[in-house]
This record gives sequence, structure tokens and C-alpha cells, in this order.
Amino acid sequence: MRLKHKDLLGLKDLTAEEIELILETAAPMKEILGRDIKKVPTLRGKLVVTLFYEPSTRTRTSFELAAKYMGADTVSIATATSSIQKGESLRDTARTLAAMGTDAVIIRHSAAGSPALLARTIEAPVLNGGDGMHEHPTQALLDMFTIKEKLGGFKGLKVAILGDILHSRVARSNIWGLTKMGAEVRVVGPATLMPPEVEKLGVKVYYNAEEALKDVDVINVLRIQKERQKKGLFPSLREYARLYELTPQRLKLARPGALVLHPGPMNRGVEIAPAVADGLQAAINEQVTNGVAVRMALLYLLIGGAN
Amino acid sequence: MELAVKARIMDADKLRRALTRIAHEILERNRGTENLVLIGIRRRGVPLAERLQKLIEEIEGVKVPLGILDITLYRDDLTTLSVQPVIHRTEIPFNISGKKVVLVDDVLFTGRTVRAALDALIDLGRPQNIQLAVIIDRGHRELPIRADYVGKNVPTSRKEEIAVQLEEIDGVDQVLITELPQEAGISP
Repeated sequence: MRLKHKDLLGLKDLTAEEIELILETAAPMKEILGRDIKKVPTLRGKLVVTLFYEPSTRTRTSFELAAKYMGADTVSIATATSSIQKGESLRDTARTLAAMGTDAVIIRHSAAGSPALLARTIEAPVLNGGDGMHEHPTQALLDMFTIKEKLGGFKGLKVAILGDILHSRVARSNIWGLTKMGAEVRVVGPATLMPPEVEKLGVKVYYNAEEALKDVDVINVLRIQKERQKKGLFPSLREYARLYELTPQRLKLARPGALVLHPGPMNRGVEIAPAVADGLQAAINEQVTNGVAVRMALLYLLIGGAN
Repeated sequence: MELAVKARIMDADKLRRALTRIAHEILERNRGTENLVLIGIRRRGVPLAERLQKLIEEIEGVKVPLGILDITLYRDDLTTLSVQPVIHRTEIPFNISGKKVVLVDDVLFTGRTVRAALDALIDLGRPQNIQLAVIIDRGHRELPIRADYVGKNVPTSRKEEIAVQLEEIDGVDQVLITELPQEAGISP
């Protein structure tokens, strides 16, 4: 069995079986991360390029480590110091990378659809590392891997996604993935941060945190993206925290032992209380480890076999 | 593809006797169970290693550690396979450094699986030595590799296939020689 697509552009395009295959493949990869020598020779001689037009620490590092642990070589292109500054178009950059013999490209871009454009331009697989407000499939996959590992599966699970749904590609990818796997997804946040017609994606919409968190199995807390809040979509961070911050009191409304996720970087005291972020129910550091395992699985599935 | 069965070369009794002999040979060669560990290569090496573990326990009263090795990520033919193999977990919950490791597999053929297993093991630590136990050695080696413990040597032609079937996986204990129709491709 293998993925039916050349690229990983989003979870919208994947079937439940494909998502299952990725998660199943990530489990043995996690075992490798626990070894003294974190290295297998599977992708020896392959070149993986990260092309990030937006800042990132964890996604880029995670992809690079995943590629290195699988034995591939990596090149990272930082847009600030590359010929993109000289006005080179995305397509031309892509063609240059292809001419260098790139086996896979990981792209992050502020414009939704850039990974799809890149995927049409080059033959090598393209992995979406986050595009605008569209999708961030590897983040959702690592969230799902963490849920599956901790809770055993998705069928019938209640998952609340809390915060700025409007600007969040993490939320969109999670919604596509979780609903396909049979979970009940609730989104909750201020009305100004809720995309119009979001219920058409098959989720329940809440504006009141207390109502939304009642009896849920998982709470995925989104980062308040201060860089995208210049339009005054809510009065103040203090007011946001008062209404939507995941505090120990609000966490008590969920199922006992409910799992707390956050894609990072966290704004402590804004969307999540330090006591929750550092608490026993949070799997936030483990998400980082799982992210490497999931990306190793994707690299294997996309470039580990015959072309 | 339909394989024609040419011969049944082992039944449950023969398999049990071969494993019992191998268990004794392992103990004799290693002078007991000190520092001894068994590692089964997925997939059929795993139940075979479990059976050896049980036999050794019956003989010596010691349960030696058992690990499971998945060699897929170390294969040298990944880029040539039309069906991408599914990766399974390697489960070796002990340190193999300084240990006498007995690798267990069902069939020794080209030696490429064993080569992959050796590379995988050496990435996990530095064993004192590595030994190899197989049920069937069918010849046609492509690498300088040999087995230390062999259930049965079976000279075969490249057109033939050896099927070791085990109760735990196949519902029956037996070893068959089958033949591919005409010149179909043979994969190691």
C-alpha cells in the first residue's frame, strides 16, 4: 500500500486509509527516535530541500531532522538570504531546485495554494509546511498521531479546537483529518475569529468556551497569532484570555484525563494557562517528538520507494 | 500468482525436532545462556525465535531476552519494488551491546535480508558476536554470509520458492517447495 498522491498538499485530498497508513508508519519511526544512534539508511543519496517564505523554527527543524534521521541530505533555503530577494519567482526557484536533482521540497508560504503551484511545476514530491490560512497537514497529522497514541483511536472522540479558527491553517487541516477518521469536532472562539460557514466542514460551532469544552476528550488550543490581529478582531488580549484561555477550571469541564494539545509557540497566559501547559494532561512536548516521526513516515512514503 | 506445490519437505514433527536440535546447538556453542539474546527477523523469524526461547527455557530453565527486528528501512531493493513495503516496529527492549545475539529467520537465500539485519543491529549497539539460525538454507547466496544453525539444507533452483508456514501466522506448521510457472521474476 502506498499514498495515491505525488505530494502532500493537504488533508482534504487524503482518504481515511491514507491517513491511517501515515499514522501506522509513524509509530515505528518513533522507535528510531528513542535510539542512541538516530539514523537509518533508507533515504541515502536523496536530497530534501526546505523552502520557507515564512518564519518557522519547529516545522523546518522537524522536517530537516526527519530527513537527516532517514539518511537524506538537506538544504534549507531562507528567503531572506536567497535570490528570492532579487525577485525570482516561485516557479523559477522551483525549476532551479529541480535542476539540482531535488527529491522532495517542503514549502511554507503566506499565499494559500503555493504548494499546489509548486507541485504542478516540478516532478519531485512537494510537502506543504503551511500555506496561508489554507492547510498545515503535517501539524494536523502529528496532532492526530498524538491523539491515537494516547487515546487509541478517533471513532466517537469529541475534539474541541479552541481559539482563532479564522486564521488557522492548523484548525483547517485538523478538521479535515479528524472528521474523516470519525471524530466529532467542535470549534470554539470569538465570532470575529470564526470563518463564515465553517459548519459546512462538518463541525459544531460554539462561541462559549464552557459549553464547548464540556465532556470533550481532546482540546487543541490554537495560538493567538498576534501578527494577524492588526484589524482589531477582539478588543484586547486580556479580554480574550478572560473568555477563552484554557485554565485549570475550564479544563475540568472536559472528560477526566482529557488530552491538551498546542501546536506552539505558546502565548502563556493568553490562550493557555501555564498550569495547564505544564500540567500532566498536556502532550505539548511529545507533539514535537511525534512531529519528527510523522515527517519521517511521510518522507518514506513519498520518496522511499520506486519512482 | 498460483504456485504449484512440488514437495512438502517438513511437517510439524520435523520442524519441532529441528528447532529442538537448534536450541541444543545454541546452548552448546554458547556454553549456556549467559549474555545470550534471541532476535527474530520479521515476519516469520519472530514466532521461530519465540519457540526457541521456550525450548531453551525448557532445557536450561532460563528465559533469554527476545527482540523483534524489522529490516525494511535497511533493504537495498526499496527503489526497485513495485509495492512499497509497510514498515513495522523494531522492538528490542534491551541493550544488545556485549551480548551474544542469535538472529533468527525462516529461510536463508541470497543473504540480503541478513545483511540488512546486520546493519540494523550494529546501529543499535555493539554485540559481542552475532550468530544466525534459520530453518531452511536454500543456497544461491549473493553475499558472503552463512548460517550457524540450520534446520535443513535444501538445494533449490531459482525458479522454486520455499514456503515456511507456521501455526502462529499460517495456521499450520510445514515447509513446502513450490514452483513459479515459467520464467516469472524472483525476488529475494
